Amino acid sequence: MVAMAERPTMTEEQTLEQRHSIVIRMGGESGEGVKSTGELFAQVAARAGFKVLTFQTYPAEIKGGHSVYQVRLSSEDLYTEGAALDILLAFNQEGYDKSYEELHDDGLLLYDDGAVTDFHYEQGGKRALALPMTKIAKGELKFELGKNVVAVGMLAALFGMDVEPINRLLTEKFLRKGEDVVAKNKQAFQLGFRYIEESFPERANYYLKAGAVEEDSIIISGNQLLSMGCIAGGCTHLFGYPITPASDIMEFLAGELPKVGGAVVQAEDEIASMGMVLGASYTGKRAMTSTSGPGLSLMVEMLGLSGMAEIPAVIVDVQRTGPSTGMPTKQEQGDLNMAVYAGHGEFPRIVLAPTDVADCFWRAIDAFNFAERYQVPVILLSDTTLSVRTQSIHKPDLSKIKLIPRVLYDPTASANATLDQHTLSTPVAQHGNGTLPENDGEGDEVDMELAASRGFELYQRYAVTEDGVSPMSIPGQAGGQYTSSGLEHNEFSRPRYDVINHTRMTDKRHRKLIGAAQNAPEPFRAGDPAAELGIITWGSATGVAYEALLEAQKQGVKLDLIAPRMIWPIPTQQLDDFIASKRVIIIPEVNFSGQFANLLNTHYRKDFVRLNVYGGAPLKSSLLLAKIMEYVNH
Amino acid sequence: MDVLNNNTKSQVALLERTVDDYKSDTKPTWCPGCGDFGVLNAIYNALKAKGTDPKDIVAVSGIGCSSRLPFFVSSYGFHSVHGRAMPVSTGIRVANPDIQLIAFGGDGDGFAIGAGHFVHTARRNLNICYVIMDNNIYGLTKGQTSPTSDLGFVTKTTPKGSADAPLNPLMLALAMGATYVARGFSGKTKELADLILQGMEHPGFAVIDVFSPCPTFNKVNTFKYYRDEAIDLPEGYDKTDYIAALAAASKHDPYYLGVLYENRDKATFEDHVAATIPAERQTPEQVLNGLFKKFS
Repeated sequence: MVAMAERPTMTEEQTLEQRHSIVIRMGGESGEGVKSTGELFAQVAARAGFKVLTFQTYPAEIKGGHSVYQVRLSSEDLYTEGAALDILLAFNQEGYDKSYEELHDDGLLLYDDGAVTDFHYEQGGKRALALPMTKIAKGELKFELGKNVVAVGMLAALFGMDVEPINRLLTEKFLRKGEDVVAKNKQAFQLGFRYIEESFPERANYYLKAGAVEEDSIIISGNQLLSMGCIAGGCTHLFGYPITPASDIMEFLAGELPKVGGAVVQAEDEIASMGMVLGASYTGKRAMTSTSGPGLSLMVEMLGLSGMAEIPAVIVDVQRTGPSTGMPTKQEQGDLNMAVYAGHGEFPRIVLAPTDVADCFWRAIDAFNFAERYQVPVILLSDTTLSVRTQSIHKPDLSKIKLIPRVLYDPTASANATLDQHTLSTPVAQHGNGTLPENDGEGDEVDMELAASRGFELYQRYAVTEDGVSPMSIPGQAGGQYTSSGLEHNEFSRPRYDVINHTRMTDKRHRKLIGAAQNAPEPFRAGDPAAELGIITWGSATGVAYEALLEAQKQGVKLDLIAPRMIWPIPTQQLDDFIASKRVIIIPEVNFSGQFANLLNTHYRKDFVRLNVYGGAPLKSSLLLAKIMEYVNH
Repeated sequence: MDVLNNNTKSQVALLERTVDDYKSDTKPTWCPGCGDFGVLNAIYNALKAKGTDPKDIVAVSGIGCSSRLPFFVSSYGFHSVHGRAMPVSTGIRVANPDIQLIAFGGDGDGFAIGAGHFVHTARRNLNICYVIMDNNIYGLTKGQTSPTSDLGFVTKTTPKGSADAPLNPLMLALAMGATYVARGFSGKTKELADLILQGMEHPGFAVIDVFSPCPTFNKVNTFKYYRDEAIDLPEGYDKTDYIAALAAASKHDPYYLGVLYENRDKATFEDHVAATIPAERQTPEQVLNGLFKKFS
């Protein structure tokens, strides 16, 4: 670091090399509008025809601390927020201090004139431009809060954006606050725009070609689209407790679920949230909760009840950095173990993980379908990066939504047949290890006789079936009465403690996982299936892996990539061939111990190359690329 | 009770039900002399008097001796986990407000591990009739001190006597906003049945704390003890007087039995939830298309 006495200045004849994309970061005091500037700019850019992908990181506190909003623009599809910065917009000194080193050697520093005074880093080839954002807002605009929109106008001019669609956006965005507010914001935008046009002739160097404006384009965050996926998945009820970074799912659905006749209830804690979910689901509704790691920790007893009593439930876990309270606003894929293993005893559950923003929509629908189809808890593992990532994507095609209903009790058919097939004293021969226990004499003769006396028409809530799924009755349905319980029970849902019954029921419950794995959603696939070098990853690390793969391919490396969207049960039919056919497999993930690698190692007995980052930031594709290169000729 | 006959009976709505219609095939597993038998008996009678079809009732409980009760009733049942009867009941009522919901549990289930949920369920005033079988001890785990055990109560976990002051369930219920607060005694099943019937008919959160002695592990709070220590509310007692209710609830030596408080004017949680649902419902597709416009 070399302290610079003078303000850095623009040098002549500098051109920004033609890039596939531009990464711009805004940094400043949390609560001072960094986020609103970033969000507005992302929307503006999307309206102007750019593909947009954002990243943000902010302190857990409401006010104070450093906040960052990063926007990546391109005319082509984007998969990550990018690495080195092309433009840094510093709202204060810290904005400069914290990010200047990440600015490209030929990058551009923009800063609010007067807000950054100590230019202590060596300038090198980097350029700098003071922008009178606050000055214009306070002066000509006479509206200090308009500073953010002034800044957006400046950036839009810098990239040569088309003003018309942006003006329409500003009208739509501010109209409900009144015509005056619309006019003021348009003026702020114009002042910023004009300033750059008049005082920065080199701006043409930053022009980035926009793509065509697509009719079906939306700009949306992972949490927003995940919430919409829940609506699409038929969810009517959410019971939750506020927690970063999942709260906005609950807030979003609080405004939407009543429209379909449902409700959002804020419970007293996460234990209660899950209890309410199970209560609502027991009455036949598609119910969910949304939480993060600390909340899921509290829900574990109810996870077991859901598995044991076979009550569908959807739990969205937006992972953040743990353990304990950890770093609430930072990235980690650290809850995989908990999602797959949490709970005493053994019971089936399904764990899904969306790979990108668009995928949040479809996996949320899957979560409800799997929960209903198999009457199990489904954990949907999103993460901080995905939750706050705003991306321009194609609107999901609603005609592709398929809802799978719960198997309901039909007194005229189903349950009776199963009793004939599996008499109570003859366990089905599908035990976990093929061992049939000795009958300990505490069988179900009583219920058997009772059932026989009624011509086998007594409802069996837990009828033993081939796929493990028993038709469920719903309160209000005559003849379907039973008592749901976390106690081990027989077909008639009556408490039973005998060896044969527990073995059979454990088998029955776990058989659901066979069907679930077979119906796993398609994995994310890319690269060359014939390659000897492969990458397996999951969740939001998928985009990073894909970007690394594209770069490796450019360098002539043959590489294959798979990211399963079902984590548990392991979708073996997707992974068996992939794992068998590779010489080396790298598993990058954002956690310390390599949780997915461990899970796959336990099943496949294969040593994987692990790449783990666990500092609270997302994985960088450059790091993965370096790892790939290590193994190319290794 | 015959499940199949219920099916037929439900189609003949006006047919009067009998106590047997509410009994299940599962027989109670309680110790001989357990106070909970009297409570169960009162419940059967209250259900018969109310006459709701068993298919439209859900009996919810937590874990403990008394929480086994749903198994003995011919309605739908949900024997949940320890202390969580209230959240499960809340989910059921929010999702289906047509369900007649009766919840059961003990003093440990409701006031130790489940105390937080009790507080918030009372605050919300959900339409739930919650019957607590209070025996001042943990029975299922074979005799440990409970939140309603007296100070100095000697148990296996408190060999020198409990150091915790007892919790007063009725004071707690009143303070937290329960709109029907009553106390019964399993030695007086006829009166208890009436309290439970009123609780079921009450529009809001009804709390009925029932002295239900544990003859096996509690040799202090026995049937004889409560016969001597509990009396009916005085003549002319006004159950709509909140302050009088607090005074009556705080009284011991002797304790009062009966309806200490009732307020039928407070809106229920279900009312508030219903008020948020627009008259004209949308399909999920309509909602999504509206949102897509917002995010375009």
